[in-house]
Amino acid sequence: MRAGRLSPVVALVAAVGLAVLALPLLGLLVRAPWPDLPRLLVSGPVLEALALSLGTGLISTALCLVLGVPLAMLLAHSAAWHAVPRRLLRAAITVPLVLPPVVGGIALLLLLGRRGLIGQWFADAGLGIPYTPAAVVIAQTFVAMPFLVFAVEGALGAADRRVEGAAATLGASRWQVFRYVTVPIVAPGIAAGAVLCFTRALGEFGATITFAGSLPGVTRTLPIASYLAMQSDPQEAIALALVLLVVSVGVLLALRDRWLPGVRS
Amino acid sequence: MRPLALIALLALAGCAAQPAGTPSVTVFAAASLTDVFTELETGFEAAHPGTDIVLSFGGSAALASQIRQGAPADVFAAADERVMEQVVDAGDVRTPVIFTSNSLEIAVPPGNPAGIDELADLTDPGIAVALCDPQVPCGALAHLLFETFELTPAPDTLEPDVKAVLTKVELGEVDAGLVYVTDVHAAGPAVEGVLIPEAQSLITLYPIGVLTDAPNPAAAQAWIDYVLSPLGQKALADHGFVAF
Repeated sequence: MRAGRLSPVVALVAAVGLAVLALPLLGLLVRAPWPDLPRLLVSGPVLEALALSLGTGLISTALCLVLGVPLAMLLAHSAAWHAVPRRLLRAAITVPLVLPPVVGGIALLLLLGRRGLIGQWFADAGLGIPYTPAAVVIAQTFVAMPFLVFAVEGALGAADRRVEGAAATLGASRWQVFRYVTVPIVAPGIAAGAVLCFTRALGEFGATITFAGSLPGVTRTLPIASYLAMQSDPQEAIALALVLLVVSVGVLLALRDRWLPGVRS
Repeated sequence: MRPLALIALLALAGCAAQPAGTPSVTVFAAASLTDVFTELETGFEAAHPGTDIVLSFGGSAALASQIRQGAPADVFAAADERVMEQVVDAGDVRTPVIFTSNSLEIAVPPGNPAGIDELADLTDPGIAVALCDPQVPCGALAHLLFETFELTPAPDTLEPDVKAVLTKVELGEVDAGLVYVTDVHAAGPAVEGVLIPEAQSLITLYPIGVLTDAPNPAAAQAWIDYVLSPLGQKALADHGFVAF
Protein backbone atom coordinates (compact mmCIF):
# COMPACT_ATOMS: atom_id res chain seq x y z
CA MET A 1 0.00 0.00 0.00
CA ARG A 2 2.75 2.37 0.97
CA ALA A 3 4.65 1.82 -2.28
CA GLY A 4 1.54 2.10 -4.47
CA ARG A 5 0.76 5.42 -6.09
CA LEU A 6 -2.05 7.51 -4.74
CA SER A 7 -4.80 8.06 -7.27
CA PRO A 8 -5.16 11.75 -8.26
CA VAL A 9 -8.81 11.69 -7.16
CA VAL A 10 -7.90 10.49 -3.67
CA ALA A 11 -5.12 13.06 -3.47
CA LEU A 12 -7.47 15.86 -4.50
CA VAL A 13 -10.20 14.91 -2.04
CA ALA A 14 -7.57 14.48 0.67
CA ALA A 15 -6.30 17.98 -0.07
CA VAL A 16 -9.83 19.34 0.36
CA GLY A 17 -10.12 17.38 3.61
CA LEU A 18 -6.86 18.84 4.87
CA ALA A 19 -8.01 22.32 3.88
CA VAL A 20 -11.23 21.86 5.88
CA LEU A 21 -9.13 21.05 8.95
CA ALA A 22 -6.29 23.49 8.51
CA LEU A 23 -7.70 26.61 6.81
CA PRO A 24 -9.79 27.85 9.76
CA LEU A 25 -6.69 27.69 11.94
CA LEU A 26 -4.78 29.56 9.24
CA GLY A 27 -7.50 32.22 9.37
CA LEU A 28 -6.96 32.49 13.11
CA LEU A 29 -3.23 32.96 12.59
CA VAL A 30 -3.68 35.54 9.84
CA ARG A 31 -6.22 37.61 11.78
CA ALA A 32 -4.44 37.37 15.12
CA PRO A 33 -3.65 40.77 16.64
CA TRP A 34 0.12 40.15 16.51
CA PRO A 35 1.29 43.65 17.57
CA ASP A 36 -0.99 43.59 20.63
CA LEU A 37 -0.30 39.97 21.44
CA PRO A 38 2.48 40.42 24.03
CA ARG A 39 0.35 42.89 25.95
CA LEU A 40 -2.76 40.66 25.79
CA LEU A 41 -0.85 37.54 26.78
CA VAL A 42 0.80 38.86 29.92
CA SER A 43 -2.48 40.29 31.19
CA GLY A 44 -3.64 38.74 34.43
CA PRO A 45 -6.79 36.99 33.13
CA VAL A 46 -4.93 35.17 30.34
CA LEU A 47 -2.16 33.86 32.60
CA GLU A 48 -4.70 32.93 35.24
CA ALA A 49 -6.78 30.95 32.72
CA LEU A 50 -3.67 29.33 31.24
CA ALA A 51 -2.37 28.24 34.65
CA LEU A 52 -5.77 26.82 35.58
CA SER A 53 -6.10 25.00 32.26
CA LEU A 54 -2.63 23.47 32.47
CA GLY A 55 -3.06 22.47 36.11
CA THR A 56 -6.49 20.90 35.75
CA GLY A 57 -5.52 19.33 32.41
CA LEU A 58 -2.51 17.60 33.97
CA ILE A 59 -4.49 16.32 36.95
CA SER A 60 -7.27 15.11 34.64
CA THR A 61 -4.74 13.29 32.49
CA ALA A 62 -3.23 11.64 35.55
CA LEU A 63 -6.70 10.59 36.69
CA CYS A 64 -7.49 9.28 33.20
CA LEU A 65 -4.29 7.19 33.31
CA VAL A 66 -5.01 5.73 36.73
CA LEU A 67 -8.62 4.86 35.87
CA GLY A 68 -8.40 4.45 32.12
CA VAL A 69 -5.59 1.90 31.77
CA PRO A 70 -7.38 -0.73 33.91
CA LEU A 71 -10.60 0.10 32.07
CA ALA A 72 -8.85 -0.47 28.75
CA MET A 73 -7.59 -3.82 30.06
CA LEU A 74 -11.16 -4.72 31.03
CA LEU A 75 -12.36 -3.67 27.60
CA ALA A 76 -9.71 -5.81 25.90
CA HIS A 77 -10.63 -8.67 28.20
CA SER A 78 -14.33 -8.28 27.31
CA ALA A 79 -13.64 -9.65 23.82
CA ALA A 80 -14.26 -13.06 25.37
CA TRP A 81 -17.59 -12.05 26.96
CA HIS A 82 -21.18 -12.47 25.87
CA ALA A 83 -22.33 -9.99 23.24
CA VAL A 84 -24.70 -8.05 25.52
CA PRO A 85 -22.36 -7.09 28.38
CA ARG A 86 -19.51 -6.64 25.93
CA ARG A 87 -21.47 -4.13 23.83
CA LEU A 88 -22.87 -2.37 26.88
CA LEU A 89 -19.36 -1.84 28.24
CA ARG A 90 -18.14 -0.47 24.92
CA ALA A 91 -21.19 1.78 24.59
CA ALA A 92 -20.72 3.16 28.11
CA ILE A 93 -17.16 4.16 27.25
CA THR A 94 -18.15 5.58 23.85
CA VAL A 95 -21.07 7.71 25.00
CA PRO A 96 -19.01 10.58 26.50
CA LEU A 97 -17.23 10.81 23.12
CA VAL A 98 -20.41 11.39 21.14
CA LEU A 99 -22.51 13.18 23.77
CA PRO A 100 -22.69 16.96 23.39
CA PRO A 101 -20.40 18.10 26.25
CA VAL A 102 -23.09 20.43 27.60
CA VAL A 103 -25.35 17.41 28.07
CA GLY A 104 -22.45 15.66 29.77
CA GLY A 105 -22.21 18.66 32.09
CA ILE A 106 -25.90 18.44 32.97
CA ALA A 107 -25.52 14.71 33.60
CA LEU A 108 -22.63 15.46 35.95
CA LEU A 109 -24.75 18.06 37.75
CA LEU A 110 -27.58 15.56 38.18
CA LEU A 111 -25.14 13.10 39.75
CA LEU A 112 -22.65 15.33 41.56
CA GLY A 113 -24.41 18.69 41.80
CA ARG A 114 -25.61 20.19 45.04
CA ARG A 115 -28.90 18.38 44.51
CA GLY A 116 -27.39 15.47 42.63
CA LEU A 117 -27.83 11.80 43.49
CA ILE A 118 -24.42 11.64 45.16
CA GLY A 119 -23.56 15.32 45.24
CA GLN A 120 -26.20 16.13 47.86
CA TRP A 121 -24.27 14.12 50.46
CA PHE A 122 -21.14 16.08 49.67
CA ALA A 123 -23.11 19.32 49.85
CA ASP A 124 -24.55 18.30 53.23
CA ALA A 125 -21.01 17.67 54.43
CA GLY A 126 -20.09 21.17 53.31
CA LEU A 127 -18.07 19.91 50.33
CA GLY A 128 -19.97 21.28 47.38
CA ILE A 129 -18.40 19.95 44.16
CA PRO A 130 -19.66 22.44 41.52
CA TYR A 131 -17.84 25.77 41.18
CA THR A 132 -14.54 24.27 42.33
CA PRO A 133 -11.41 23.31 40.36
CA ALA A 134 -12.27 19.71 41.33
CA ALA A 135 -15.42 20.02 39.22
CA VAL A 136 -13.28 21.19 36.28
CA VAL A 137 -11.11 18.09 36.68
CA ILE A 138 -14.15 15.80 36.84
CA ALA A 139 -15.68 17.37 33.71
CA GLN A 140 -12.39 17.06 31.83
CA THR A 141 -11.89 13.48 32.97
CA PHE A 142 -15.41 12.59 31.85
CA VAL A 143 -14.88 13.82 28.30
CA ALA A 144 -11.21 12.89 27.90
CA MET A 145 -10.95 9.39 29.38
CA PRO A 146 -12.51 7.58 26.38
CA PHE A 147 -9.64 8.84 24.21
CA LEU A 148 -7.14 7.18 26.53
CA VAL A 149 -9.15 3.99 26.93
CA PHE A 150 -9.51 3.42 23.19
CA ALA A 151 -5.85 4.26 22.51
CA VAL A 152 -4.67 1.79 25.15
CA GLU A 153 -7.19 -0.84 24.11
CA GLY A 154 -5.91 -0.56 20.54
CA ALA A 155 -2.36 -1.11 21.75
CA LEU A 156 -3.43 -4.08 23.88
CA GLY A 157 -5.27 -5.62 20.96
CA ALA A 158 -2.25 -5.29 18.71
CA ALA A 159 0.15 -6.71 21.31
CA ASP A 160 1.20 -10.32 21.21
CA ARG A 161 -0.51 -11.67 24.34
CA ARG A 162 1.49 -14.89 24.28
CA VAL A 163 4.43 -12.95 25.73
CA GLU A 164 2.42 -12.40 28.90
CA GLY A 165 1.61 -16.09 29.04
CA ALA A 166 5.27 -16.90 28.58
CA ALA A 167 6.25 -14.56 31.40
CA ALA A 168 3.69 -16.17 33.71
CA THR A 169 4.97 -19.63 32.78
CA LEU A 170 8.46 -18.49 33.71
CA GLY A 171 7.23 -17.68 37.20
CA ALA A 172 6.36 -13.99 37.02
CA SER A 173 3.63 -12.84 39.40
CA ARG A 174 0.58 -11.02 38.07
CA TRP A 175 2.04 -7.70 39.14
CA GLN A 176 5.38 -8.54 37.52
CA VAL A 177 3.65 -9.51 34.28
CA PHE A 178 1.73 -6.24 34.32
CA ARG A 179 4.72 -4.12 35.31
CA TYR A 180 7.46 -5.69 33.18
CA VAL A 181 5.57 -7.12 30.20
CA THR A 182 2.15 -5.54 29.64
CA VAL A 183 3.06 -1.94 30.43
CA PRO A 184 6.18 -1.80 28.22
CA ILE A 185 4.25 -3.37 25.34
CA VAL A 186 1.40 -0.88 25.53
CA ALA A 187 3.51 2.09 26.67
CA PRO A 188 3.38 3.79 23.25
CA GLY A 189 -0.41 3.41 23.27
CA ILE A 190 -0.62 4.78 26.79
CA ALA A 191 1.57 7.75 25.90
CA ALA A 192 -0.40 8.48 22.74
CA GLY A 193 -3.65 8.20 24.69
CA ALA A 194 -2.35 10.47 27.44
CA VAL A 195 -1.37 13.14 24.93
CA LEU A 196 -4.78 13.00 23.25
CA CYS A 197 -6.44 13.00 26.65
CA PHE A 198 -4.49 16.06 27.79
CA THR A 199 -5.22 18.07 24.67
CA ARG A 200 -8.91 17.14 24.83
CA ALA A 201 -8.99 18.18 28.49
CA LEU A 202 -7.33 21.50 27.61
CA GLY A 203 -9.97 22.25 25.00
CA GLU A 204 -12.92 21.18 27.16
CA PHE A 205 -15.66 23.81 27.26
CA GLY A 206 -19.26 22.60 27.40
CA ALA A 207 -19.18 20.16 30.28
CA THR A 208 -16.91 22.45 32.28
CA ILE A 209 -19.04 25.58 32.02
CA THR A 210 -22.21 23.60 32.74
CA PHE A 211 -20.90 21.59 35.66
CA ALA A 212 -18.09 23.72 37.11
CA GLY A 213 -19.27 27.18 36.11
CA SER A 214 -16.93 30.01 35.26
CA LEU A 215 -15.17 32.07 37.90
CA PRO A 216 -11.82 33.71 37.12
CA GLY A 217 -8.96 31.87 38.77
CA VAL A 218 -11.21 29.10 40.10
CA THR A 219 -13.04 27.44 37.21
CA ARG A 220 -12.54 29.73 34.22
CA THR A 221 -10.31 27.73 31.88
CA LEU A 222 -8.82 29.03 28.63
CA PRO A 223 -11.66 27.93 26.33
CA ILE A 224 -14.25 29.56 28.61
CA ALA A 225 -12.20 32.75 28.90
CA SER A 226 -11.87 32.80 25.13
CA TYR A 227 -15.61 32.30 24.57
CA LEU A 228 -16.50 35.06 27.03
CA ALA A 229 -13.94 37.44 25.57
CA MET A 230 -15.57 36.90 22.17
CA GLN A 231 -18.66 38.68 23.55
CA SER A 232 -16.82 41.90 24.27
CA ASP A 233 -13.28 41.87 22.93
CA PRO A 234 -12.74 39.58 19.91
CA GLN A 235 -9.02 40.50 19.80
CA GLU A 236 -8.52 39.10 23.28
CA ALA A 237 -10.58 36.04 22.34
CA ILE A 238 -8.28 35.37 19.40
CA ALA A 239 -5.22 35.84 21.61
CA LEU A 240 -6.63 33.30 24.09
CA ALA A 241 -7.49 30.87 21.31
CA LEU A 242 -3.96 31.23 19.98
CA VAL A 243 -2.49 30.31 23.37
CA LEU A 244 -4.68 27.21 23.44
CA LEU A 245 -3.67 26.31 19.90
CA VAL A 246 0.04 26.78 20.54
CA VAL A 247 -0.04 24.74 23.74
CA SER A 248 -2.03 21.91 22.11
CA VAL A 249 0.06 21.74 18.95
CA GLY A 250 3.24 22.10 21.01
CA VAL A 251 2.28 19.19 23.23
CA LEU A 252 1.31 17.03 20.25
CA LEU A 253 4.55 17.73 18.38
CA ALA A 254 6.95 17.60 21.31
CA LEU A 255 5.59 14.55 23.07
CA ARG A 256 4.90 12.42 20.04
CA ASP A 257 8.53 12.46 19.02
CA ARG A 258 10.00 12.16 22.47
CA TRP A 259 7.75 9.52 23.95
CA LEU A 260 6.67 7.58 20.97
CA PRO A 261 9.66 6.32 19.02
CA GLY A 262 7.87 3.02 18.62
CA VAL A 263 4.82 4.19 16.72
CA ARG A 264 6.66 4.80 13.49
CA SER A 265 5.77 1.31 12.21
CA MET B 1 -26.25 29.76 21.67
CA ARG B 2 -23.90 28.24 19.14
CA PRO B 3 -26.25 25.41 18.13
CA LEU B 4 -28.92 28.07 17.60
CA ALA B 5 -26.59 30.01 15.36
CA LEU B 6 -25.90 26.86 13.39
CA ILE B 7 -29.59 26.19 12.95
CA ALA B 8 -30.02 29.79 11.84
CA LEU B 9 -27.28 29.34 9.26
CA LEU B 10 -28.87 26.16 7.96
CA ALA B 11 -32.23 27.89 7.79
CA LEU B 12 -30.66 30.79 5.93
CA ALA B 13 -28.95 28.43 3.53
CA GLY B 14 -32.36 26.88 2.87
CA CYS B 15 -33.90 30.28 2.24
CA ALA B 16 -31.17 31.29 -0.16
CA ALA B 17 -31.83 28.20 -2.21
CA GLN B 18 -35.54 29.01 -2.49
CA PRO B 19 -36.86 30.93 -5.46
CA ALA B 20 -37.90 34.43 -4.47
CA GLY B 21 -41.57 33.41 -4.30
CA THR B 22 -42.37 33.79 -0.59
CA PRO B 23 -40.81 36.92 0.83
CA SER B 24 -39.11 36.00 4.06
CA VAL B 25 -37.90 38.29 6.81
CA THR B 26 -35.01 37.07 8.91
CA VAL B 27 -35.12 38.52 12.41
CA PHE B 28 -32.04 38.30 14.65
CA ALA B 29 -33.28 38.78 18.19
CA ALA B 30 -31.87 38.66 21.71
CA ALA B 31 -32.47 35.34 23.48
CA SER B 32 -34.74 37.02 26.04
CA LEU B 33 -37.22 37.75 23.23
CA THR B 34 -37.61 34.07 22.31
CA ASP B 35 -41.09 33.48 23.71
CA VAL B 36 -42.68 36.79 22.83
CA PHE B 37 -41.31 37.01 19.28
CA THR B 38 -42.32 33.41 18.59
CA GLU B 39 -45.82 34.34 19.67
CA LEU B 40 -45.84 37.54 17.57
CA GLU B 41 -44.63 35.59 14.54
CA THR B 42 -47.94 33.74 14.32
CA GLY B 43 -49.97 36.95 14.51
CA PHE B 44 -47.80 38.74 11.97
CA GLU B 45 -47.90 35.92 9.46
CA ALA B 46 -51.69 35.77 9.78
CA ALA B 47 -51.90 39.53 9.16
CA HIS B 48 -49.38 39.43 6.31
CA PRO B 49 -50.18 36.29 4.30
CA GLY B 50 -47.29 35.18 2.18
CA THR B 51 -44.61 36.72 4.36
CA ASP B 52 -42.51 34.23 6.24
CA ILE B 53 -40.79 35.38 9.43
CA VAL B 54 -37.60 33.47 10.21
CA LEU B 55 -36.51 34.00 13.80
CA SER B 56 -32.96 33.47 15.01
CA PHE B 57 -32.25 33.95 18.70
CA GLY B 58 -28.95 34.29 20.46
CA GLY B 59 -26.87 36.50 22.71
CA SER B 60 -27.04 40.09 21.47
CA ALA B 61 -23.27 40.36 21.14
CA ALA B 62 -23.00 37.07 19.27
CA LEU B 63 -25.76 38.10 16.86
CA ALA B 64 -24.08 41.47 16.33
CA SER B 65 -20.83 39.78 15.40
CA GLN B 66 -22.71 37.54 12.94
CA ILE B 67 -24.21 40.69 11.38
CA ARG B 68 -20.74 42.25 11.15
CA GLN B 69 -19.61 39.11 9.32
CA GLY B 70 -22.38 39.65 6.78
CA ALA B 71 -25.14 37.30 7.94
CA PRO B 72 -28.11 37.99 5.60
CA ALA B 73 -30.61 39.22 8.20
CA ASP B 74 -33.34 41.85 7.78
CA VAL B 75 -34.02 42.95 11.36
CA PHE B 76 -31.88 43.10 14.50
CA ALA B 77 -33.48 43.37 17.94
CA ALA B 78 -30.87 43.66 20.71
CA ALA B 79 -31.15 43.48 24.47
CA ASP B 80 -28.48 46.10 24.90
CA GLU B 81 -28.07 49.62 23.52
CA ARG B 82 -24.29 49.46 23.40
CA VAL B 83 -24.38 46.38 21.19
CA MET B 84 -26.76 48.17 18.82
CA GLU B 85 -24.49 51.24 18.86
CA GLN B 86 -21.61 49.10 17.63
CA VAL B 87 -23.77 47.75 14.82
CA VAL B 88 -24.85 51.29 13.90
CA ASP B 89 -21.23 52.50 14.01
CA ALA B 90 -20.30 49.70 11.61
CA GLY B 91 -23.00 50.99 9.25
CA ASP B 92 -25.10 47.83 9.42
CA VAL B 93 -28.22 49.45 10.92
CA ARG B 94 -29.23 53.05 10.33
CA THR B 95 -31.97 54.23 12.69
CA PRO B 96 -32.79 51.86 15.53
CA VAL B 97 -35.74 52.62 17.80
CA ILE B 98 -36.30 51.52 21.39
CA PHE B 99 -39.26 49.12 21.55
CA THR B 100 -39.26 47.82 25.11
CA SER B 101 -37.24 47.53 28.31
CA ASN B 102 -36.36 44.99 30.93
CA SER B 103 -34.90 45.00 34.43
CA LEU B 104 -33.20 42.58 36.77
CA GLU B 105 -34.78 40.29 39.30
CA ILE B 106 -33.42 37.65 41.65
CA ALA B 107 -34.39 34.12 40.62
CA VAL B 108 -34.40 31.45 43.33
CA PRO B 109 -35.29 27.74 43.23
CA PRO B 110 -38.91 26.95 44.19
CA GLY B 111 -39.39 27.37 47.92
CA ASN B 112 -36.44 29.78 48.15
CA PRO B 113 -34.31 27.35 50.23
CA ALA B 114 -31.71 29.94 51.18
CA GLY B 115 -34.33 32.52 52.20
CA ILE B 116 -33.15 35.24 49.81
CA ASP B 117 -35.17 38.43 50.17
CA GLU B 118 -32.93 41.28 49.08
CA LEU B 119 -30.03 42.19 46.84
CA ALA B 120 -27.60 42.33 49.77
CA ASP B 121 -28.09 38.57 50.33
CA LEU B 122 -26.10 38.02 47.14
CA THR B 123 -22.99 39.39 48.86
CA ASP B 124 -22.96 36.48 51.35
CA PRO B 125 -20.14 34.05 50.42
CA GLY B 126 -22.10 31.25 52.10
CA ILE B 127 -24.83 31.49 49.49
CA ALA B 128 -24.31 29.94 46.05
CA VAL B 129 -24.85 32.73 43.55
CA ALA B 130 -24.76 32.75 39.73
CA LEU B 131 -24.41 36.01 37.82
CA CYS B 132 -23.85 36.80 34.16
CA ASP B 133 -20.28 37.66 33.31
CA PRO B 134 -19.75 41.44 33.17
CA GLN B 135 -18.70 40.99 29.53
CA VAL B 136 -22.28 40.18 28.49
CA PRO B 137 -25.21 42.64 28.79
CA CYS B 138 -27.02 41.05 31.74
CA GLY B 139 -23.72 40.90 33.63
CA ALA B 140 -22.87 44.49 32.81
CA LEU B 141 -26.26 45.55 34.18
CA ALA B 142 -25.79 43.43 37.30
CA HIS B 143 -22.35 44.93 37.82
CA LEU B 144 -23.81 48.42 37.52
CA LEU B 145 -26.57 47.54 39.97
CA PHE B 146 -24.16 46.32 42.66
CA GLU B 147 -21.87 49.27 42.06
CA THR B 148 -24.71 51.77 42.30
CA PHE B 149 -25.76 50.39 45.66
CA GLU B 150 -22.16 49.92 46.84
CA LEU B 151 -22.44 46.17 47.27
CA THR B 152 -19.77 43.60 46.49
CA PRO B 153 -21.39 40.42 45.19
CA ALA B 154 -19.94 37.00 46.03
CA PRO B 155 -20.69 34.98 42.87
CA ASP B 156 -19.76 31.31 42.59
CA THR B 157 -19.95 31.45 38.84
CA LEU B 158 -20.13 34.10 36.11
CA GLU B 159 -22.13 32.61 33.25
CA PRO B 160 -21.86 33.43 29.54
CA ASP B 161 -25.57 34.26 29.16
CA VAL B 162 -28.68 34.81 31.21
CA LYS B 163 -30.28 31.47 30.28
CA ALA B 164 -27.27 29.66 31.74
CA VAL B 165 -27.85 31.48 35.03
CA LEU B 166 -31.51 30.51 34.94
CA THR B 167 -30.66 26.85 34.29
CA LYS B 168 -28.40 26.78 37.34
CA VAL B 169 -31.26 28.18 39.43
CA GLU B 170 -33.80 25.75 37.97
CA LEU B 171 -31.53 22.82 38.79
CA GLY B 172 -31.09 24.14 42.32
CA GLU B 173 -27.35 24.32 41.78
CA VAL B 174 -27.31 27.88 43.04
CA ASP B 175 -29.41 29.52 45.75
CA ALA B 176 -29.90 32.66 43.71
CA GLY B 177 -29.21 34.10 40.29
CA LEU B 178 -29.62 37.57 38.88
CA VAL B 179 -31.68 37.42 35.68
CA TYR B 180 -34.14 39.58 33.77
CA VAL B 181 -37.72 39.93 35.03
CA THR B 182 -38.81 38.32 31.74
CA ASP B 183 -36.67 35.24 32.41
CA VAL B 184 -38.41 34.62 35.72
CA HIS B 185 -41.66 35.06 33.83
CA ALA B 186 -40.67 32.62 31.09
CA ALA B 187 -39.44 29.97 33.53
CA GLY B 188 -42.92 29.61 35.06
CA PRO B 189 -43.04 27.46 38.18
CA ALA B 190 -39.45 26.24 37.73
CA VAL B 191 -38.15 29.29 39.61
CA GLU B 192 -39.43 31.96 41.95
CA GLY B 193 -38.73 35.64 41.57
CA VAL B 194 -37.59 38.00 44.33
CA LEU B 195 -38.25 41.57 43.21
CA ILE B 196 -35.47 44.08 43.68
CA PRO B 197 -36.91 47.56 44.28
CA GLU B 198 -33.47 49.09 43.61
CA ALA B 199 -33.34 47.50 40.15
CA GLN B 200 -36.35 49.43 38.89
CA SER B 201 -34.18 52.47 38.33
CA LEU B 202 -31.68 50.53 36.21
CA ILE B 203 -33.48 49.30 33.17
CA THR B 204 -31.98 47.97 29.99
CA LEU B 205 -33.44 49.30 26.77
CA TYR B 206 -34.13 47.10 23.74
CA PRO B 207 -33.43 48.70 20.35
CA ILE B 208 -34.68 47.29 17.04
CA GLY B 209 -33.77 48.30 13.49
CA VAL B 210 -33.77 47.31 9.82
CA LEU B 211 -30.39 46.22 8.51
CA THR B 212 -28.79 48.40 5.86
CA ASP B 213 -28.36 45.38 3.60
CA ALA B 214 -31.74 43.80 4.41
CA PRO B 215 -32.83 41.61 1.51
CA ASN B 216 -36.42 42.57 2.26
CA PRO B 217 -36.53 46.05 3.87
CA ALA B 218 -40.26 46.75 3.36
CA ALA B 219 -41.39 43.59 5.12
CA ALA B 220 -38.68 44.14 7.75
CA GLN B 221 -40.17 47.55 8.56
CA ALA B 222 -43.63 45.96 8.70
CA TRP B 223 -42.35 43.56 11.39
CA ILE B 224 -40.91 46.45 13.41
CA ASP B 225 -44.20 48.36 13.10
CA TYR B 226 -46.01 45.25 14.31
CA VAL B 227 -43.73 44.99 17.36
CA LEU B 228 -44.35 48.70 18.13
CA SER B 229 -48.12 48.39 17.62
CA PRO B 230 -50.48 48.11 20.60
CA LEU B 231 -50.81 44.40 19.83
CA GLY B 232 -47.04 43.91 19.93
CA GLN B 233 -46.63 45.99 23.07
CA LYS B 234 -49.37 44.04 24.83
CA ALA B 235 -47.64 40.77 24.01
CA LEU B 236 -44.38 42.17 25.40
CA ALA B 237 -46.12 43.28 28.58
CA ASP B 238 -47.69 39.82 28.92
CA HIS B 239 -44.19 38.38 29.01
CA GLY B 240 -42.94 40.70 31.73
CA PHE B 241 -41.38 43.38 29.55
CA VAL B 242 -42.07 46.98 30.39
CA ALA B 243 -43.78 48.69 27.45
CA PHE B 244 -41.75 51.67 26.40
